Amino acid sequence: MKELLLLGAEAIAQGAIDGGMSGVYAYPGTPSTEITEYVQDSELAQSKKIHSQWSANEKTAMEAALGMSYSGKRAMVCMKHVGLNVAADAFMNSAITGINGGLLITVADDPSMHSSQNEQDSRYYGKFAQIPILEPSNQQEAYDMAYFGFRLSEELEVPVMLRITTRLSHSRSGIVRKEEVPTNELSLPKDLKQFILLPSLAKKRYKKLVEARPKFEESSAKSQYNQFFDAPDKKLGIIACGISYNYLMENYPGGCEYPVMKICQYPMPRNRISEFEELVDELLVLEEGYPMIEELLAGYFRKGKKVHGRLDGTLPRMGELNPDLVGKALGFDVPEIEDVPEIVVGRPPSLCVGCGHRDAYSALNVAIEQYGDGHVFADIGCYTLGALPPYEAINSCVDMGASITMAKGAADAGLHPAVAVIGDSTFTHSGMTGLLDAVSENTNITIIISDNLTTAMTGGQHSAAENRLENICEGIGVDPKHIRVIVPHHKNHDLMVEMMKEEFEYPGVSVIIPRRECIQTLARKKRNKVASKRV
Amino acid sequence: MKKDIIISGVGGQGILSISAIIGIAALESGLNLKQSEVHGMSQRGGDVQANLRISSDEVYSDLISHKRADLILSVEPMEALRYLPFLSPDGWIVTNITPYKNIPNYPDDEALFAELKKHPNLVLVDADKIAKECGTARAGNIVMLGAAAPFLDISNEMLEFGIRKIFGRKGEDIVNINLKALKAGREVSEKVIAGK
Repeated sequence: MKELLLLGAEAIAQGAIDGGMSGVYAYPGTPSTEITEYVQDSELAQSKKIHSQWSANEKTAMEAALGMSYSGKRAMVCMKHVGLNVAADAFMNSAITGINGGLLITVADDPSMHSSQNEQDSRYYGKFAQIPILEPSNQQEAYDMAYFGFRLSEELEVPVMLRITTRLSHSRSGIVRKEEVPTNELSLPKDLKQFILLPSLAKKRYKKLVEARPKFEESSAKSQYNQFFDAPDKKLGIIACGISYNYLMENYPGGCEYPVMKICQYPMPRNRISEFEELVDELLVLEEGYPMIEELLAGYFRKGKKVHGRLDGTLPRMGELNPDLVGKALGFDVPEIEDVPEIVVGRPPSLCVGCGHRDAYSALNVAIEQYGDGHVFADIGCYTLGALPPYEAINSCVDMGASITMAKGAADAGLHPAVAVIGDSTFTHSGMTGLLDAVSENTNITIIISDNLTTAMTGGQHSAAENRLENICEGIGVDPKHIRVIVPHHKNHDLMVEMMKEEFEYPGVSVIIPRRECIQTLARKKRNKVASKRV
Repeated sequence: MKKDIIISGVGGQGILSISAIIGIAALESGLNLKQSEVHGMSQRGGDVQANLRISSDEVYSDLISHKRADLILSVEPMEALRYLPFLSPDGWIVTNITPYKNIPNYPDDEALFAELKKHPNLVLVDADKIAKECGTARAGNIVMLGAAAPFLDISNEMLEFGIRKIFGRKGEDIVNINLKALKAGREVSEKVIAGK
């Protein structure tokens, strides 16, 4: 079969489609977005009626995927690493309910925080939930793991985590496809109490999960993804997890001089790791993310053989690995990194010229001036760039939805005005429940829902808030007189400033909705219109 | 054959389409490749780059090591300099000369080009002007791709195949403009190489 040129993320999508998936569920988040987008654009997926519409957030996505699995069909849920925090309740418990149709939980981590607020390592979540984890080292493995992952999930009767990182997700390579597997038929679980986690039943289910551990290890021991490569020099043994294997091999184009254990399926197979440890004098652990395996192997008191990695300073404790860092750790003569010429200045990302968020921040900065700095709680999205010059308009960005609830807590503490800035999609992701808290106590906060009618930062995906914001706010209980919509445009600048000032002084919950379409999605629509005319 | 290429520019300048065309051409030529891109926050007017690695042998790392890149292909002159630590001592810089000034402290043009000219293997391309002559200012990236072509070790035929694949659905006129842009870009570099 001819090779396809695919991003790691797209390879996972194609693998899942070919592997018999009936639905993908997700909320956009870099670096995971392209998985779902690929399924949405795939003609094959459309012809097979594979579900691919965006979910409101990662928790609803995780639960819907579990529901599809309950119904006997193969489902995948995708998210960025911090999205798993949102989905964590459903995720942890899905390990205990187990599955009916194969269930893949694909999580894309972002070491070095290219587009994220932290670099948490999702392998800990997999370990926490006590389920198997697959971690591809390249695009073909990403395809294969998605393709076979459903079968593995069904064989082991638990959800399986597929963990990737930014670098693999956003890097293209040639992929060879496998034969399409038909989707599963609708079928209920054999035991209709399997998914009822009432304590008495949950205890039985949990026991089953704990007792399945040897089976998971055996699967890892036999796994084609966990490979041992022997070599003559036993002074060092290298354990290379996932993508770090590539950085190792980049330094050894002719083959590594030390024995290597490549780990791409967890839990690690204890017997094989023990044999490996006996074979060599010292160990070097290469892992993309936190030093999880290194810590495990080194032990608290480090009494066994020497284990090198991120904890003992052989590699940096934080950030992404690369061939140079791994080369240095192996003692290669890596050239010193030269400085970028002085003339080159930083070019931080910024809000697009013509973006409505700019007008909202221009007005906000004027309206709030008389109260001084430190009153604005923002959220996750393009508008987080309001933290940078020239606006420097916000004082927080923590997690999806936190603007409203942090503003509420600050108002409870006596801060006035307490202002939240949140986007439309983030509001329906995790802002609505926070608004309910504020309404319940009639807290004195002003919420600016800067509405650009899309999920912009991740590339303009559909926003669940479209045409619903006023109704949602009113339904939650905000006084309609204090739900105010305005077009954020420089010609409305003074009006917007006045509106904000009035609502800051209203002693209750007010919502201001500056609404103007994202100029990126607008431009794309225009381009598509021109293109379709040509055709 | 092994080529490590850094493609650089500013988010929104469309460097990913250059990268995609080379990728398609390399795959069609039966070569192995890895092509790492930047998505997400930086795409909002920040500095962006793609690492493109092509080889007749297996390519392991998605990232290029320091001092190993054979070519920096930049659609913006200051961004070409940002990746100098990655360029091998005998590597080439092929860059567009039109600055993209979306920051207040953008360096002085004269000083910027003086810095670029310190590098012996340099091709400066007035991509915007050449693109307009070919039919549309939007073909600037393909002019740059053409200028990079002599350094790629990929046949012209394969690059043309890539262009047809990317632009095909936009109609024959657009394809032809881009093929013209590819040729015009190539001529700029060939002249520089001949003069060395």
